[in-house]
Amino acid sequence: MIRFLIERLFQAAVVLIVVALLAFVMFRFAGDPVAQMVSLDTTAEDRAALREAMGLNNSLPVQFGQFVLRAVQGDFGLSYQMGQPVATLLAERLPASIELSLVAFGIALIVGIPMGVYSGLYPESWLSRAFLILSLAGISLPTFFIGIMLILIFGVELNLFPTFGRGETVDLGWWTTGLLTGSGWHSIILPACTLGLFQMTFIMRLVRAEILDVMRTDYIKFARARGIAKGRINYGHALKNTLVPVLTIAGLQLGSIIAFGIVTESVFQWPGIGLLFIQAISTVDIPVMSTYLLLVALIFVSINLIVDLLYLLVDPRLRVRSR
Amino acid sequence: MNPERSPNLIMRLLDSDAGYKFRSSPVTVVAGLVFVLMIGAALLAPVIAPFDPFDKGSIDLMNSLLPPAWNSGGDPAFLLGTDNQGRDLFSTILYGTRTSVFVGAVSVSLAVVAGLFLGLLAGYFGGLVDAIIMRIVDIQMTFPAIMVALLIDGVTRSFLSRDQHDELAVFVIILAMALSIWPQVARTVRASAMVEKSREYVMAAQVIGRGPWLIMARHILPNVMGPVLVIATINLGVAILGEATLSFLGLGIPAGEPSLGTLIRIGNDFIFSGERWMLIYPGLTLALLVLSVNLLGDWLRDVLDPKSR
Repeated sequence: MIRFLIERLFQAAVVLIVVALLAFVMFRFAGDPVAQMVSLDTTAEDRAALREAMGLNNSLPVQFGQFVLRAVQGDFGLSYQMGQPVATLLAERLPASIELSLVAFGIALIVGIPMGVYSGLYPESWLSRAFLILSLAGISLPTFFIGIMLILIFGVELNLFPTFGRGETVDLGWWTTGLLTGSGWHSIILPACTLGLFQMTFIMRLVRAEILDVMRTDYIKFARARGIAKGRINYGHALKNTLVPVLTIAGLQLGSIIAFGIVTESVFQWPGIGLLFIQAISTVDIPVMSTYLLLVALIFVSINLIVDLLYLLVDPRLRVRSR
Repeated sequence: MNPERSPNLIMRLLDSDAGYKFRSSPVTVVAGLVFVLMIGAALLAPVIAPFDPFDKGSIDLMNSLLPPAWNSGGDPAFLLGTDNQGRDLFSTILYGTRTSVFVGAVSVSLAVVAGLFLGLLAGYFGGLVDAIIMRIVDIQMTFPAIMVALLIDGVTRSFLSRDQHDELAVFVIILAMALSIWPQVARTVRASAMVEKSREYVMAAQVIGRGPWLIMARHILPNVMGPVLVIATINLGVAILGEATLSFLGLGIPAGEPSLGTLIRIGNDFIFSGERWMLIYPGLTLALLVLSVNLLGDWLRDVLDPKSR
């Protein structure tokens, strides 16, 4: 078990170092960092001095070391476009993205699990077939198109929901939240549904498959033979045993919520880090891009580590094998 | 005794296991028809399309923003209406589908070739080769495909000037999608190759002194193609969606060239002013294309990959 843990930690470290190297190469070689910071009438001596002060004359490995050291301390340089420290920009926008992801994930779980349970228990009913067709559409329709259609139907035609932005936000000092105001909730519904739909169909299909599998097992047959009430079999025995794999795989899917969050934020002009990243790509704002790269790598690696650890806790076979 | 043989290839195909599963599922038949029709229309776009969206001479700004032909104010010459530049929407959709299918097919082919090669190497030789290749696969698979594609696009953008990037945009997208898909192929191929490696026919080939490359190419390769075909089909849908998403975000195909993603992007600008057709028809085309690819993928999985049944 310890070996498994060390292996995973080592792998995580390798990923982070590779991504940091990529970010460093982008930061250092795509465009001249000095040229971006000075005005036209800066003298050559001043430039050279700045160059020296920034450590750009050191050897590359030393520079990489300094880059990593600065990154660990939260110093990612200034955004070319906005002239502000990248860390500040990201910190301002992170709450919006996290709130959107959590609400979307919540919707996906609350709607997806009951749909999956129902269509797993009654696979032949017409409602289950309808769910399946709906889920196929959820997989085939691109996120951005779903978002646009929701805007068109609920925002433009029916005029029920705002089509862009976060609504009013409350500043808690270290966190700005839209979840304490009516207009904040009002604004989050459409983007969260857009982002949650793919997850919802995914969770639904997963739960359905698991339930179908479990209902064929001996212990369910035995429970039936003993005359245990149907409700207790379905929810106490079957559902409970399907939830473990469902939750771990759903947890892994948090990563794709971040990825598709970029698209959703862009469609709804949601002021999160995904929108910041898209803007950074199209204006080639390299410090923002490389920092986002690092941040996403860190989030993904952490999610994967946590899921691996959960597997260890949940599945006793893994513990025995890796001992 | 020879089993009764049907006279020609098509009849034999329809008679096979795959053919039976195809015939007996109306949804698959419809998906197959839609897919063939759309691919055909896309390939023949220069022949079918009434207008050439690249020909500046045929475009008249006076015709811009016409609604579809059956609406009041529509012009029968422009079946689905025109866009803001006066281009015939039906023609741009045909050309756009062509771009999207081209990008999807080429990137999936590249990913399959790379995945087959590296997967076979890893599965057949094992040891260090396997460890290195599979670590790369593991690392890459922690990131969703669309994320990898976005990052590659961003990295290439930071090294190329804007004009250079626009020129190379199609290749950047193909590269980005191929790079984000190959790990799945490699992982599957490796798993099957490891199983096949220990079968008698491979051992027999080894005993008679055939080299590892010949064994991989002639003996193992044909036996791992089934699951690869399934993954390739499913990822064709992923690649087409990926291209559309990147182009929609303004990071893929430049706006001047029609692809389904750029068309939807243009249509999205007119969402508040009522010219819905510019958004809806390209969007429906994309959805229909991907849906039919996914349904065909499901059928192939049923036929070729008995494990996941």
